[in-house]
Amino acid sequence: MTKDTRANLVKQGAIWAFIVVELIFFTVAGNFMSVSEQSFIDFDNMLLLLKQSAPIGIIALGMTIIMINGNIDLSVGATFALSAIVLLDSMTWPIFAGLGDWVIPVSWTLALLTGVVLGAINGLIVWKTGVDAFIVTLGAMLGYRGLVFMYNGEQPTSHLNWTLVDFAEAQFLGLHTATWFLLGTALVLWLVMTKTVHGRNAYAIGNNREAAVNAGIRVGPHFLLNFMLIGFLAALSAVVFYSESGSVNPNDGMLYELWAITAVVLGGTKLTGGYGSIVSTLGGVIAIQLLRKGLGHIGADTETVNLVIGLILIAVLFLDRQLNRKGKEELKI
Amino acid sequence: MTDEKPALRLENIVKTFPGVRALDDVSFAVMPGEVHALMGENGAGKSTLMKVLGGILQPNEGRIFIEEESTIMTTPLDAKAKGVVFIHQELSLADELSVAENIFLGELPRKSFGRVDWGKLYEQTDAILKTLNVGFNARTRVGDLSIANQQMVEIARALTVDPRAVIFDEPTASLTDAEKVVLFDVIADLKSRGVGIVYISHRMEEIFKITDRISVLRDGQYRGTLETAKTDEDEVTQLMIGRSLDLSRNEEHREHGEVALEVRGLSCGDLYRDVSFKVHRGEVVGFYGLVGAGRTEIAETIFGLRDPSEGQILLDGQELRIHSPVDAIRHGISLVPEDRKGQGLVLGMNCRDNMTLPQVDDLTAGPFVSDGAEIAIFDQYRDKLDIRTPGWRQTVGNLSGGNQQKIVIGKWLSMHPNVLIVDEPTRGIDVGSKSEIHNLIRDLAGQGYAVIVISSEMPEVLHVSDRIVAMYHGRIMREFSAEEVTEDSLIQAISGIESEKVA
Amino acid sequence: MAALTTKNIGGFLARQGIIVAFVLFMIGFALANDRFITMDNIFGVIRSSAILGVMALGVTFVVIGGNLDLSVGSMMSFSTIVVLDLHDKLGPALGIPAMYGMTLALGAFIGFLVGYLKLNSLIVTLGMLSAIHGLTLTYSGGKNMDIADKEGTWFGIFGQGSILGVPVPILIFALLAVVLSMVLAKTPFGRKVYAVGGNGMAATFSGVPRARVVFMTYLISAFCVATAGLIQASRSLGSQNTVGQGMELEVLAAVILGGASLLGGSGTVFKTVIGVLILGFIQNGLLLVGLEFYVQYVVTWVIIILAVWLDIAAKRGRLLSPIA
Repeated sequence: MTKDTRANLVKQGAIWAFIVVELIFFTVAGNFMSVSEQSFIDFDNMLLLLKQSAPIGIIALGMTIIMINGNIDLSVGATFALSAIVLLDSMTWPIFAGLGDWVIPVSWTLALLTGVVLGAINGLIVWKTGVDAFIVTLGAMLGYRGLVFMYNGEQPTSHLNWTLVDFAEAQFLGLHTATWFLLGTALVLWLVMTKTVHGRNAYAIGNNREAAVNAGIRVGPHFLLNFMLIGFLAALSAVVFYSESGSVNPNDGMLYELWAITAVVLGGTKLTGGYGSIVSTLGGVIAIQLLRKGLGHIGADTETVNLVIGLILIAVLFLDRQLNRKGKEELKI
Repeated sequence: MTDEKPALRLENIVKTFPGVRALDDVSFAVMPGEVHALMGENGAGKSTLMKVLGGILQPNEGRIFIEEESTIMTTPLDAKAKGVVFIHQELSLADELSVAENIFLGELPRKSFGRVDWGKLYEQTDAILKTLNVGFNARTRVGDLSIANQQMVEIARALTVDPRAVIFDEPTASLTDAEKVVLFDVIADLKSRGVGIVYISHRMEEIFKITDRISVLRDGQYRGTLETAKTDEDEVTQLMIGRSLDLSRNEEHREHGEVALEVRGLSCGDLYRDVSFKVHRGEVVGFYGLVGAGRTEIAETIFGLRDPSEGQILLDGQELRIHSPVDAIRHGISLVPEDRKGQGLVLGMNCRDNMTLPQVDDLTAGPFVSDGAEIAIFDQYRDKLDIRTPGWRQTVGNLSGGNQQKIVIGKWLSMHPNVLIVDEPTRGIDVGSKSEIHNLIRDLAGQGYAVIVISSEMPEVLHVSDRIVAMYHGRIMREFSAEEVTEDSLIQAISGIESEKVA
Repeated sequence: MAALTTKNIGGFLARQGIIVAFVLFMIGFALANDRFITMDNIFGVIRSSAILGVMALGVTFVVIGGNLDLSVGSMMSFSTIVVLDLHDKLGPALGIPAMYGMTLALGAFIGFLVGYLKLNSLIVTLGMLSAIHGLTLTYSGGKNMDIADKEGTWFGIFGQGSILGVPVPILIFALLAVVLSMVLAKTPFGRKVYAVGGNGMAATFSGVPRARVVFMTYLISAFCVATAGLIQASRSLGSQNTVGQGMELEVLAAVILGGASLLGGSGTVFKTVIGVLILGFIQNGLLLVGLEFYVQYVVTWVIIILAVWLDIAAKRGRLLSPIA
């Protein structure tokens, strides 16, 4: 009992310990190798880091719920791109011409709605066909990307609304708009997963689906709701990011699913479902972004980031296995 | 209980699956405050009946009454709401969640905005746990509990409603003796509250200890109900299988050959310690003990699936170094594992490919597997073991348990092993096939194989073994020859009661 | 229930559905455009599918063995960049084997992690997708790679050459498909791959060295990736360092379309080839009827889901899932 509890504590603390190690390492290494005079743990630097974590971070938070629920979503990158296009393009639609800046909430709503609908499509297919979510969303990743291209061909879709840019670049209590969205999302999802019946049922379904079914929990609607939620979050991520950038390429968001999954796994969520935490995923997101910035800070090629993150992901998996091993006498399977 | 209304009553239940009439006109009733055993061989329809009782399956015909009111139970949850609760054999708990969340799984108390009402949840859970007198609290993570305590959580779950009937499916399968006592106390308590209890078990000893009546199913049909106090094991067995099963003591006295396998001072962590024994050619050695006594782990060590921390394994006097099943097989050691579907067979593969899997490297013509050689082996052992299958292309998953087990045995016999270890040879196998497999094991010894049989069924061990090794808690307590063994001494040995004649 | 006849039709569709769909597509496109069924066009399609196809052959082994390989895309970029670089540094005769060696080493590393250390293949290959991508970028210094002397090399033969009128990429694809099909269907090793993927525990209990078998499936996958990289590099004699990005999922789509179960233990090389060709011909057919390349993504989405859905619907005997 104590062994399991201890292992759990180690798991939940691990990502934060890792962040501390990163901070110390890059600060110390930065003193010797830094190309800039600036210290690594600089306040503005850290604020920027949080802001830059937001787009992948918001998606990764949603991915945590999907994975706790025992599913996976590979289509978030394409959902992100399509929502972004809807966001930017709808601001130029003639029917909204008379709205002035009131077009902003309208376009936001349309973009978020797009995400919810795309998520709902995935959720309904998973629920009604019984096809594994990996396959369903793998297909959707291609399909939604196709829709992105069909919207505007291979051309970028651009529209800059300066009110929107001002909003996106604003800082409130020192934090950027994007950071507020990230933290707000984390707070809401944390409440959902720890305090609500839906969240607890999502854990139960991922943990032991048969038991959940036998206890009368309706698995399908939970799946649907969670896919709608991650669709919404992918769109929210797009809203946050493109309000500022104002231009979307049809290839934007590619590989986001992989980054998001990486952050979730670093945060300790189980692939098989039933175990994981929103807060730890936030840690995973920050750890990745720290690594990105830190390697830049000590003058390493930005390319090395991919290499290091990949290897760290594997190392985490390895350590997790060692932590759960029963010892020498265990069955050699 | 004469004038009372039955707590739960089934009337003329029929349940069919494509091609099978799983339940054929079954009626059954459990009275309030009664423990009613439901017995039958595997495939007799017990599990189907349980599922109908628990609302998991809907009958095609017939009616269900709760306290004589006709009712339809559409789902397990619906059944529970109507007072019928099913305690599953495979625990159906979410081990990452707390005790309280598991007990109220699917029915968490709500506040506004879909929030869980934790205060109410813990309060209600504590109230239930108090009546069960358990040593854990509502906030404990279920994964941190012992199996027995997890079962208590399952039972606590039944008490969230005021149950009319509780169905126990093989509840003692993985409990220690001390834990069984606690469970029987809880059952007695439920009984005294007037709950009707349906108790499913294969263990005669338990059945006779705690039940009031016994109903028997065979081939999907109701075969009768006996008063426990007025019947005996023989009568029940007869009813279950339609005849008596020959499980007489083994009384052959054969000359055994040389020592084939010898194990000296073998230990493996906490699993078992200082185990030594010999197996001769032409001899069947039975390993008897409770689940968890370390028997399977010894077999797995000899087969190279575990590394011993100490000790030697010798074959024909030569010490072996075995680090994997590949090594073991090379030395002619074979293992028919306990879990046939999980460990014995690739269920999606055909009969032939399963049978030839360990030797597929040697059945080649050039770089390719030789169809002819494979089919020849399959045909030979199909005939020898009387495996009933439409052909070698049949997917193994579609065969009956007995035929599946014969495929596994054929897989190893076709390798002509020196030592054959058979772990729970007849678990989940119908009676007819059971005696065939027993005879087969005796025959193999007759042909000079050294055979180890691990079994949790005493009659089986007594029936097939020339010598019996009794294990308790990772140690060999005693060795018996077939002539000297008595049931009492065997039970004492596996219960950890030291006798003066320690081997 | 009344599902008996539906079930029979469903069963047929599930077993042969993918071929039926393929034939229907071909007929449809042939009617819509007479250029579709011409030797030139067919060769063109297969040639452009060859790179994806060669990779899919290797991934078929991994998937049947019960694992996933998401690293093939970035590994292919790696092979392409490395062989282009070594072409100028060592010459093609040494550069090609050196590139194979390096790619196989990566495959061996993955095989070691998944096979011997028993780590989850999805995460390992996800990590390797990123790591190899970083490796490639570091190797190339973030720049595109080009052969200096494009006229004076025979290296173009793998991607551009043809023998007896058949383009070399097609020959390589066909040859590999035949050889690997034999390996999977006829050899003891192939049998063990099915056993390990079908029930790894039972395979171990039958003396099948599971770790080594899994390891070998990743080596085969890496070999196929190296070959794909060779064709890719040879075709254009220069390349971006992200040339294989995203291909891992297209490859997986082809394998799934061919009917291999992600749970392992089922699938064949032949079916994977069909899966690859379906993707190729759909793309081509859509282009020929005047649609943009990206329409195929949407069509592929629909086809994959229908294919897998029909397959499991036939197995469970009802169209909709029993999920409440």
